[in-house]
Amino acid sequence: MDISTTVNGEQVSGEVEPRQLLVHFIRETLGLKGTHWGCDTSNCGACVVLMDGRPVKSCTVLTAMCEGHEIRTVESLEVDGELDPLQQGFHERHALQCGFCTPGMLMTARALLDENPDPTDQEIRTAISGAICRCTGYQNIVSAVRWAAEHESATKQEI
Amino acid sequence: MQTPAPFEYERATSVEGAIAALERLGSDARIIAGGHSLLPMMKLRLASPEYLIDINDLAELAYIREQDGEIRIGAMTRHVDLLKSELLARRFPLFRDAETVIADPVVRNRGTIGGSLCQADAAEDLSAVCSAAKAQVVIRGAEGERVVGMEDFHVGPFMTAVGAGEILTEVRLRMRRGAGSGHEKVERRAGDWAIAAASAALWVDGGTIDDVGIALSAVGVTTIHLTRAEELLRGKPPSDELFAQAGVIASEDCSPSADGRGPIDYKRHLAGVLTQRALRRSAARALSEEA
Ligand SMILES: Cc1cc2nc3c(=O)[nH]c(=O)nc-3n(C[C@H](O)[C@H](O)[C@H](O)COP(=O)(O)OP(=O)(O)OC[C@H]3O[C@@H](n4cnc5c(N)ncnc54)[C@H](O)[C@@H]3O)c2cc1C
Ligand code: FES
Ligand code: FES
Repeated sequence: MDISTTVNGEQVSGEVEPRQLLVHFIRETLGLKGTHWGCDTSNCGACVVLMDGRPVKSCTVLTAMCEGHEIRTVESLEVDGELDPLQQGFHERHALQCGFCTPGMLMTARALLDENPDPTDQEIRTAISGAICRCTGYQNIVSAVRWAAEHESATKQEI
Repeated sequence: MQTPAPFEYERATSVEGAIAALERLGSDARIIAGGHSLLPMMKLRLASPEYLIDINDLAELAYIREQDGEIRIGAMTRHVDLLKSELLARRFPLFRDAETVIADPVVRNRGTIGGSLCQADAAEDLSAVCSAAKAQVVIRGAEGERVVGMEDFHVGPFMTAVGAGEILTEVRLRMRRGAGSGHEKVERRAGDWAIAAASAALWVDGGTIDDVGIALSAVGVTTIHLTRAEELLRGKPPSDELFAQAGVIASEDCSPSADGRGPIDYKRHLAGVLTQRALRRSAARALSEEA
């Protein structure tokens, strides 16, 4: 079937099998390998992308369901060499080791900060509770999201 | 890699259109709502529908509103919106209790109340919640609508009163005075299904229990309605001793099976404790409402 949707602000269209899962469309059809594919059972959160601004597990969404919707992947975070405050925060606070969970963590946290620019540690932990990290023990991820929240609000005040 | 078997996909643009598609395509067609129960089953080839009818565009089925003394919830209302609803939190707080612990926030962005009830998985929290709250559901087909009480909705494991060519459109909750409710769940880790969960709702009038609903998740092949405990409580003043007796009945009347989440005696024990807690919480809320 023919499908057209918006990925990272660009209109994309193509022919897909109705049974194709969004994660494979993003990785294989579009070649955007930043979105990771882990458990394949909607448990790990590695495949999280934003659909109309809300985080969803792309291993449990059909590409066909995205027609007419906006998808955002981790590749959209950096703009013209400028890192998203979350990416910078993950760097500053050492919030990754192997990096497998990172794209999903970043997109989940992006949606959190868009909705709640000043989350508590508990709110951050709740938001990422659908994402598994086998390396960091989460502490540094929470700290990185706080870092981003603080720097983002500082930047906004300057403007 | 888990991939569903091939199927044809169609997007409904109206409830009537979805029903017409179901009629036209027959038993090989399935509705897809949030897809967070159906797609995992299709990936495991536990379900292989030949046609999927996507109802995600039906914005007319996504609402929580007050009407004619009831709270009416559209079938496409997602977990996240049930969690955030102040109306539900005020009138039926067991919804918020449950929604904070159903799956994880990302799954809650997709899963719907209609999908949860129609999945009719005994481990679902919302089936127990709606049973305890004595909800009614609206089922629509080409011939029109019918309203079915939760006690008649789940006809067996993974089986509901929704017939061929029909879809669930709405959940209705009657608002009555002196209401209090609660949902208690124990899970192995954040985002997991319940080891056991108990939902309760009480309606207190003049210091006695006028009506009560109690239901259990994950401790039987279907959602368990604790009718024997409900009968015990009706007409009596709420008390911890009474709730302890209801807990004993819960342990007796559930029928859990042993699995990775625990052995049978542990689950029976848990069902009893959670029933007591849900009743105590409901009573505290009902009495503060009555005062
Ligand atoms: C990782 C994970 C953890 C989870 N943990 C929990 C948990 O702790 N507690 C819990 O309660 N749930 C849990 N769930 C299930 C989640 O709540 C699902 O979203 C829900 O069960 C199904 O809703 P859905 O909208 O995704 O339904 P779908 O998957 O789209 O549909 C489910 C079934 O209902 C039918 N259907 C859907 N809508 C209608 C309708 N309007 N009329 C007629 N038939 C319809 C479909 O044909 C299908 O047979 C979990 C899911 C996942 C993936
Ligand atoms: S790959 Fe989608 S949640 Fe794990
Ligand atoms: S950094 Fe390795 S899984 Fe999170």
